[in-house]
Amino acid sequence: MTDPDELRRRTRALLDAHDPTGTDRLDFLRARYDAGLAWVHFPHGHGGLGAPRALQAVVDTELAAAGAPDNDPGRNGIGLGMAAPTILRYGTEEQKERFLRPLWTGEEVWCQLFSEPGAGSDLAALATRAVRDGDTWVVDGQKVWTSSAHNARWAILIARTDPDLPKHRGITYFVCDMTDPGVEVRPLRQITGEAEFNEVFLTGVRVPDAHRLGGVGEGWKIAQTTLNNERVAIGGQRAPREAGMVGKVATTWRERPELRTHGLHRRLLSGWVGAEVARLTGERLRQQLTAGHPGPEGAGTKLAFARLAQELSGLEVELLGEEGLSYDDWSMRRPETVDFTGREAGYRYLRAKGNSIEGGTSEILRNIIAERVLGLPAEARTDKDVPWKELAR
Amino acid sequence: MTDLLYSEIEEELRSSVRALLADRSPHQAVLARCETAEPYDRKLWRTLARDLGAASLAVPEETGGAGASVREVAVVLEELGRAAAPTPYLGSSVLAGTALLALSGDEGADELLAALASGERTATLAVPLSTAPGTPRGAGFPAAVRADSAGTLTGTVTSVADVGTADVLLVPAEGRDGPGLYAVEISAAALTVAPRTSLDLTRPLFDIALTGTAARRLAGPDRAPAALERAVLTGAGLLASEQLGLAEWCLESTVAYLRERRQFGRTLGSFQALKHRLADLWLDVVGARAAARYAAGTLADGDPDAPVAVAVAASHCGDLAVRAAEECVQLHGGIGMTWEHPAHLYLKRAKADQIALGTPDRHRTALAGLVDLPEPAPTA
Ligand SMILES: Cc1cc2nc3c(=O)[nH]c(=O)nc-3n(C[C@H](O)[C@H](O)[C@H](O)COP(=O)(O)OP(=O)(O)OC[C@H]3O[C@@H](n4cnc5c(N)ncnc54)[C@H](O)[C@@H]3O)c2cc1C
Repeated sequence: MTDPDELRRRTRALLDAHDPTGTDRLDFLRARYDAGLAWVHFPHGHGGLGAPRALQAVVDTELAAAGAPDNDPGRNGIGLGMAAPTILRYGTEEQKERFLRPLWTGEEVWCQLFSEPGAGSDLAALATRAVRDGDTWVVDGQKVWTSSAHNARWAILIARTDPDLPKHRGITYFVCDMTDPGVEVRPLRQITGEAEFNEVFLTGVRVPDAHRLGGVGEGWKIAQTTLNNERVAIGGQRAPREAGMVGKVATTWRERPELRTHGLHRRLLSGWVGAEVARLTGERLRQQLTAGHPGPEGAGTKLAFARLAQELSGLEVELLGEEGLSYDDWSMRRPETVDFTGREAGYRYLRAKGNSIEGGTSEILRNIIAERVLGLPAEARTDKDVPWKELAR
Repeated sequence: MTDLLYSEIEEELRSSVRALLADRSPHQAVLARCETAEPYDRKLWRTLARDLGAASLAVPEETGGAGASVREVAVVLEELGRAAAPTPYLGSSVLAGTALLALSGDEGADELLAALASGERTATLAVPLSTAPGTPRGAGFPAAVRADSAGTLTGTVTSVADVGTADVLLVPAEGRDGPGLYAVEISAAALTVAPRTSLDLTRPLFDIALTGTAARRLAGPDRAPAALERAVLTGAGLLASEQLGLAEWCLESTVAYLRERRQFGRTLGSFQALKHRLADLWLDVVGARAAARYAAGTLADGDPDAPVAVAVAASHCGDLAVRAAEECVQLHGGIGMTWEHPAHLYLKRAKADQIALGTPDRHRTALAGLVDLPEPAPTA
């Protein structure tokens, strides 16, 4: 199924059968999933048609033109961007059947229980343990910085199942029910004033073995799929010229001539060029993928995104001068959605500081580029072949 | 060449201010206060201003001051920056104090200055915190407020710092005979003060509206513009010291964290990529110290190089402090993004300070004129 016309025909058929103006939002989203038009590159029966990923745009354009509801991606970014591709790749048929549809429609929000107080960049050092007890695993530990845990029904979770193995080999990947007894979510307020992320305490949580993703001890390998997808989700969306942060500054610049200075003009143009270059790099990457020649550029998208978001949001605050001294609202709330460009300049500036930390820091991404793309030797490691329980922490 | 080092007396002053702030204004206390109606601890301010004499440093002895200079004031600002401490020092002792000092000889001004120096009263200069030096001269005296013949004031001024604790506002206003500087009691009728939600939680800003508010004229067209310019120039030059202190804290606390935090079986500080970044930051902090000291020195000595010194210090230190605070957030990883960790207080202060009293970009533009490096003419 690689024909754009065929996809267009199917999209129109969906619209004919479920007029978006008269259909309940959820019914429409479910029908779209069942028609294989959710993720066209997913297999038949799981929201897709086995079509090339690039053809998703054909469907999206048609549906947007018809005013069809979207599945509110800002609310379930982790589900859509990370959990779904991981489940698709490593899940059993039953798991795909159970999880993917309500995930896609947004009926069930997901979060990611990866980071821990002692394991951030060095995620493989994690200490949350899962101990087998018949058909279930008993999980104990503490996770931190968990975005959306307060809205989530499900979590992707990695836990240590064998402390005698070196750290990368003793980890297993699970799906955790956030409504289970023993799961406690506490808000963790952040720099912007709101509590987008949380601390999650897991005490004797019983995860059925049927909710294990992949083999015992394969968690690290599977987590790589999640993390790679996370980076694409954060940095790699297809976007028109001047989308995102650059558009915000450019609009302010155009509408407010009294704020302009020569020095800021230079920085604006250099940021604009940077944003356009990043956009074209992303576009080229997509074309390479479609042509079947994936390039290494993807490793840089999130890094470039974070750098630009920070430069441009910082510039915007300075451009606004006196107004930049104000903030819109410090009140503590637990947002439903994550929106990097929402609200005002001060919020954008502060939220963008997270772009170079969440989903792998910019320093770690540079290491990955240096080692995996450029082939430079890795740092000397002392923790590779030592059993996890013997590592200094 | 002005002295770029610290005297023994300055070091003593520094340690007493530092000890006071460590004791009375720890980060948890700053955080707990910053969202309340009383972000400033008035008792702490009284101790700092009166008992430690920080408010009187640059005031001559004959006006009831300590007869030191803005060099010492700069040292206090370094410590306030290091602690991200919420005090009205910038508004009262630096901006209002300098304006009053420039009017010395005028009875009303001297009296008020003496009251500020003793810590008995607190004032602020009613200009937007973003006001850059050169604005009064270049773009004309701020004319947001008008004075009528009876001496009452009407108009609004936005984003004014340190109003919350002020007893007196020094308001630049345009009268019938030209610009003047007026003193308005905060208790005056026909004065409204509205807090803004400020990016910098530790230096809240206010909008003030005067509607026929009673005022006392301290200076007229002959002296007011120069006093105002002196105040803003001095403020910009000394703010560099606050930025220096802020950057030092960010650097030191990041170094300390990276010496402790282990990932990949080693301390993060042992990664060369991080070492080099912090070494670069240190280099710029060292530069900031020299530049800030030079600005304070030229301002203290009445050195004609002061405008250049201020432009250099303000543009270097303003950007440096932001970078130091950004590095601090980044290198603390997830912890740096949390409300509980003080890094965000510094980031917000640094970003607001970058705009306060002229952005680095504005200071560089001013410098271009001062050192004869004109911009290229626009090409047709
Ligand atoms: C807004 C936000 C949302 C998040 N959401 C989630 C979530 O939903 N789920 C989840 O599991 N996690 C989440 N995280 C956590 C995030 O993935 C971690 O914060 C991140 O991986 C860094 O780990 P750390 O905070 O422990 O920092 P550390 O690993 O302690 O790193 C501290 C600093 O050292 C640097 N550093 C570390 N190792 C090296 C090295 N080898 N070389 C050079 N520099 C190095 C880092 O880049 C960083 O600057 C979120 C974080 C943020 C800020």
